[in-house]
Amino acid sequence: MSHDNPYEALGGDGDARWAFGTGFTDPLAGVDTTAPAGVDGGDLAAYCLMLGDDALVMSHRLQEWCTRAPELEEEVALANIALDLLGQARLLLARAGQADGGGRSEDDLAFLRDAPDFRNVRLVEAANGDFARSMARLLVFAVWRLALLDRLAGSRDPVLAAVAAKGVKEVAYHRDYAAGWVVRLGDGTAYSRERMKEGLAAVWPLVAELFVPHEVELRLARAGVAVDPSQLRAEFDAVLDQVLDAARLTRPDAARPGEADAAQEGPADAAPAGAGGRDGRHGTELDEVLSVMQSVARALPGATW
Amino acid sequence: MVTRPEAGRAVAREAGRAVAREAGRAVAREVAERVTDPELPLLTLADLGILREVDTDGDGRVVVTVTPTYSGCPAMAAIRADLTASLRAAGFADVEVRTRLSPPWTTDWITEAGRRKLAEAGIAPPGPAPARAAGPVPLTLDPPRRRVRCPRCGSAETEELSRFGATACKALWRCRACAEPFEHVKEI
Repeated sequence: MSHDNPYEALGGDGDARWAFGTGFTDPLAGVDTTAPAGVDGGDLAAYCLMLGDDALVMSHRLQEWCTRAPELEEEVALANIALDLLGQARLLLARAGQADGGGRSEDDLAFLRDAPDFRNVRLVEAANGDFARSMARLLVFAVWRLALLDRLAGSRDPVLAAVAAKGVKEVAYHRDYAAGWVVRLGDGTAYSRERMKEGLAAVWPLVAELFVPHEVELRLARAGVAVDPSQLRAEFDAVLDQVLDAARLTRPDAARPGEADAAQEGPADAAPAGAGGRDGRHGTELDEVLSVMQSVARALPGATW
Repeated sequence: MVTRPEAGRAVAREAGRAVAREAGRAVAREVAERVTDPELPLLTLADLGILREVDTDGDGRVVVTVTPTYSGCPAMAAIRADLTASLRAAGFADVEVRTRLSPPWTTDWITEAGRRKLAEAGIAPPGPAPARAAGPVPLTLDPPRRRVRCPRCGSAETEELSRFGATACKALWRCRACAEPFEHVKEI
């Protein structure tokens, strides 16, 4: 078949297929999305938003490395990780939109909510900083999320269980990637080691929030649907220590046992326990993310591309 | 009250529908299986192992059930569109493509034919997906020990350059014998 131009060759039978990413359809098409018996739809939606927003905002921060990564291979890797997380976010936001009965689509939820309506942990909204800091954050995020998804794969909610089972396979790769860089930089030159230590220290004040359960998480955990994040700390510490040992680094709070305030040092906007991202309390960094991520959808309401 | 001849005709109609449905299903299945992956056009959906079910109701309605490869695989939208277009072209007016998330897709579902086509195209096919033992998912800090054969020269002297490649499903490798880089469908 001959074509007059590359656009025509790509397009085949119509505009909808001229490039990947167009003509997105419901990622849950044909999936039975009935909430399990006895589970409140509002709670289920809130929980899906939490995990979906974590993935969405983390994905956006990783996408920011496109055209800025130190090497082409890293750019490709970070884009792939961002794509996996975006896929997880789509499934979870679509699920949230259906569960609360409000009829909002994944796009409505991603592009038309303001920062106080986002439920992500603050770890994911923090600025990238340098590559070492981004790797420290990705490691913390992936170690935590993998432990979470692995447990969520046993959820009574079949949709959450399926999304989690898929996510486990993906995030295992993300975690290995970040771990590899933390070891390479931490156990590298004196200079790379210093940068890696600084990156880890900058991220550390945002770690505690990951294990503070929200009441929705506790209610759904009791119903066998969600994971109580406070149950993840032991596995998180064990895996993180395994990476840090290989990198000849220590946890920023481990060097100063007994100093309870040690973990509170760092950025001034570190989240105090109980008033974090899960309650809609965010730093200005989330506003920055949303101002970019939502700009097209806000400027051209209803636009498709 | 239903009389005997009417009952007989009803049975015959039902039998006819069942035959049509069976024939339709076989045709629809064949059409769906031949649709190719937009990112790996050498592979059909059957080769890739993402087709779960193809069902028809005998009246030209087809329901195809697929399992996505990766959560964010952008090819899924194109695959759905291709399935719908191919089945419509084959005479099925009403096509629905459903998603089945569980169990998640694994590279173990890529068929032998699919693996052969990958290798012939210079893409090293996946090995067995890692078996999951009880307990936490193990961390992998060292480069993979398993050797991937170079699809060009067959050497086992190869190394992983990056676990992420041009598509979600591929890693980038290099052959130390012939010095050529190659892609490898990574085990998942």
